[in-house]
Amino acid sequence: MDTSVNEETRDVRRRNWRDIDLRAVAPFAALILLLILGALVNPNFIGLNNLANVATRSAFIAIIAIGATFVISSGDLDLSVGAMVAFVASLMILFMNSGVIADPALMLTAAVLFAVVAGSLCGLANGLITTVGRIEPFIATLGTMGIYRGLTTWLSQGGAITLKDPALQEIYRPAYFGSILGVPVPIVVILAVTCIAAFILYRTRYGRHVVAVGSNADVARYSGIPVNRVRTIAFVIQGLCVAIAVLLYVPRLGSTSATTGILWELQAITAVVVGGTALKGGAGRVWGTICGAFILELVGNIMLLSNFISEYLIGAIQGTIIIVAMLVQRSLVRKS
Amino acid sequence: MSSQISGAGDGAVVLSARRISKSFNGVQVLFGVDFDLRAGEIHALMGENGAGKSTLVKILSGFEQPTSGDIILDGHPVKLPPNGAAEALGIVIIHQEFNLAEHLTVTESLFLGREVTRFGVLDRKFMRAETRRVLDLLGSHVDENAMISSLSIADKQMVEIAKAISRDARVVFMDEPTAVLSREETNFLFKQVRKLRDQGTSFVFVSHKLDEVMELTDRVTVLRDGQWIKTSPTSILDGESIAQLMVGRELSKLYPAKREPDVDEEIVLSVDAVSTGYVKDVSFEVRKGEILGFSGMIGSGRTELMEAIAGLRSRASGEVIIHGEAVPSGDVHAANRRGLAYMTKDRKSKGLLLNSRMTANLTLQSLENHGKLGYLSPASEAQALERARRRFDIRVRDGNVVAGRMSGGNQQKLLLAKVMETEPEIIIIDEPTRGIDVGTKQQIYHFISALARDGRSIIVVSSEMPEVIGLCTRVAVMREGRIVGMLEGDEISEQEIMRYAAGLKKKAAA
Ligand SMILES: Nc1ncnc2c1ncn2[C@@H]1O[C@H](COP(=O)(O)OP(=O)(O)OP(=O)(O)O)[C@@H](O)[C@H]1O
Ligand SMILES: [Mg+2]
Repeated sequence: MDTSVNEETRDVRRRNWRDIDLRAVAPFAALILLLILGALVNPNFIGLNNLANVATRSAFIAIIAIGATFVISSGDLDLSVGAMVAFVASLMILFMNSGVIADPALMLTAAVLFAVVAGSLCGLANGLITTVGRIEPFIATLGTMGIYRGLTTWLSQGGAITLKDPALQEIYRPAYFGSILGVPVPIVVILAVTCIAAFILYRTRYGRHVVAVGSNADVARYSGIPVNRVRTIAFVIQGLCVAIAVLLYVPRLGSTSATTGILWELQAITAVVVGGTALKGGAGRVWGTICGAFILELVGNIMLLSNFISEYLIGAIQGTIIIVAMLVQRSLVRKS
Repeated sequence: MSSQISGAGDGAVVLSARRISKSFNGVQVLFGVDFDLRAGEIHALMGENGAGKSTLVKILSGFEQPTSGDIILDGHPVKLPPNGAAEALGIVIIHQEFNLAEHLTVTESLFLGREVTRFGVLDRKFMRAETRRVLDLLGSHVDENAMISSLSIADKQMVEIAKAISRDARVVFMDEPTAVLSREETNFLFKQVRKLRDQGTSFVFVSHKLDEVMELTDRVTVLRDGQWIKTSPTSILDGESIAQLMVGRELSKLYPAKREPDVDEEIVLSVDAVSTGYVKDVSFEVRKGEILGFSGMIGSGRTELMEAIAGLRSRASGEVIIHGEAVPSGDVHAANRRGLAYMTKDRKSKGLLLNSRMTANLTLQSLENHGKLGYLSPASEAQALERARRRFDIRVRDGNVVAGRMSGGNQQKLLLAKVMETEPEIIIIDEPTRGIDVGTKQQIYHFISALARDGRSIIVVSSEMPEVIGLCTRVAVMREGRIVGMLEGDEISEQEIMRYAAGLKKKAAA
């Protein structure tokens, strides 16, 4: 009797360590593999400078993908994020160009708030159309994608919208090019956004509700969870994340055009899926998403540094990555 | 070969398990189990929740592979093909958790994977007619063209059964087929099962309903904690001895003593002339500390009524008043806030998040108790789980298992625990003990009774008549969307309830 009890506890312990969820680990393993591959291709690759550059450049997709993690976890999908980036960025620059506030610092603060509100409203619109309007999120956001993109083209009259005031440009530049304690600002922002998102998703009531709604909306409803509110808020979070990405994007080039952010929705969704979040909802992996965004950027970087694959194939490679990621995910699900 | 054999299981052994063991992720759940099934017998497989019945059944039908041990079919060791391919060998299973694709019609699911064609084109007319024939044999009124997703759970179960029965099987495993059926439907099922048995088909019948086991089966095998305990002819056992074998100890009284609430006790819930699509003009009251039963046939509108009261469904007319305050129609929150909670009978699609662990399920409805300002405290949740496991005797070998992998009965206990976490004043429990073993049933009855003594009010909706009779001080009987009878005290008996439920008797003008 005694021995059998021992047997059992030993079993459980052995299991615990084997139990580390493969799906959670897979993206990080892939990342490490890529780093090794990159180092083999080109020794410059593994340098801190190059990696920091890659991370900085992944910031837009990474931050947008964090928002997408919420939307996807709750069982929805947002295809409008790329167009939303262009739209919010245009609005923000036009606002700054309008010169309603003379003091540059004050103007910038107002513009930041303006962009955040604009992004949230765009997200809210997506949310309300899908929940209150009861339209499939795929169709609803396909529609708003056209609307946001079209409005941007109209605002820019088909050309570019450029930030005019040099004083404003000057004080805004560090938001992308500056660094805090030696760490580039975009990387700091990624980390901050991810930490907050992870906290919300894993440690708050709202996060639980998101996962519940995404796994089974009926169970959520029978548990007294306001399903539509939870879904709508996820879309607003997505809009907020788009706005944060815009805040980093505008100082980088100081301008935007009708082609800004094209196909970013696909990259964001790829990052989320590569990171191990299930596309059918019900499980969100915030850190995995960041890892996914980084992998996408790294692949591009490796292709650029190597001479044997044309960088024009980047799109094709990214497409392959999403398919492979899905295959890996499925085989891991089967095993467990 | 089947023609020469008939009668109660004196035939040759068709399928047997030799020293079968099974582990999931290194946690062992079956320990060297032996089991044989003879041609033309109905063999009951009994045991507590989590004893390993479903696992054994899945192994013997190819849905799981044993970790060690042999499966012997017609005297030869075999490796059964996975995922239902064992059907080709004449082995079919009616799963405890339904296995139907929601987006197919009834006919399509019945013929899934063996569609009938004529000149290369699907012969829909034939398949529909055949489906109708089988459903009629089972006395089921399900429309053969209906979508699976539109069916009630009882009807889904009937379709599962029809599917298995229509397959000319040699061996049929039935994992708690009657848990969601009414007595009437069960009778139809048993009639067909006996008929097929007499033609030589063998059945394995898993159930927690002792009376059904006594009535239907030829032999009984009992498992406990993953071990084989005993196999013997049903005729030499009685319900009590099976229960004892299962639990491994003597069981005291199943039902606690009833305690009627005082007549001047406060009325906590009053339902006034509520109608929905199907439910018509229902009124009743519940007092503080009362256990009110709801009986009736499947489809009599009990669940629809309860969902309307709980705000999960909107009302066409009528009022629901809790503690003197009217609750708006279709507002779950309003009902919850006033202390009313509803436990669904559909645990798989409305009750539990099958891919989440126990904790996430347990606290889903009561997260506000586990932290401030939306922040959740893992320690407080872990404590809640500890408490719930003790209170409801939730048994899992592995605390990190996701709800969908728990045994059926333990899922039910988890669901009950989840609803209780909200500490409701008024609790509507739809089928409280579906799939729960006798030992735990007793525990749950005592728990419900303790809640009532504690001043809470409970509505028990149940298709198990003994449960309603043993537990409730008042029983409402529903038929075709109306309350047709309200029984009290000595009036509460099986005959009386049946009389109302079948429409042979109506209540005197109330
Ligand atoms: N796929 C799985 N992964 C991990 N554990 C499992 C899996 N399937 C079953 N188990 C575990 O095996 C044990 C036996 O479960 P099983 O479903 O066979 O019980 P059961 O006798 O059918 O109980 P019930 O009467 O509640 O249906 C349980 O502890 C359960 O949690
Ligand atoms: Mg079972």
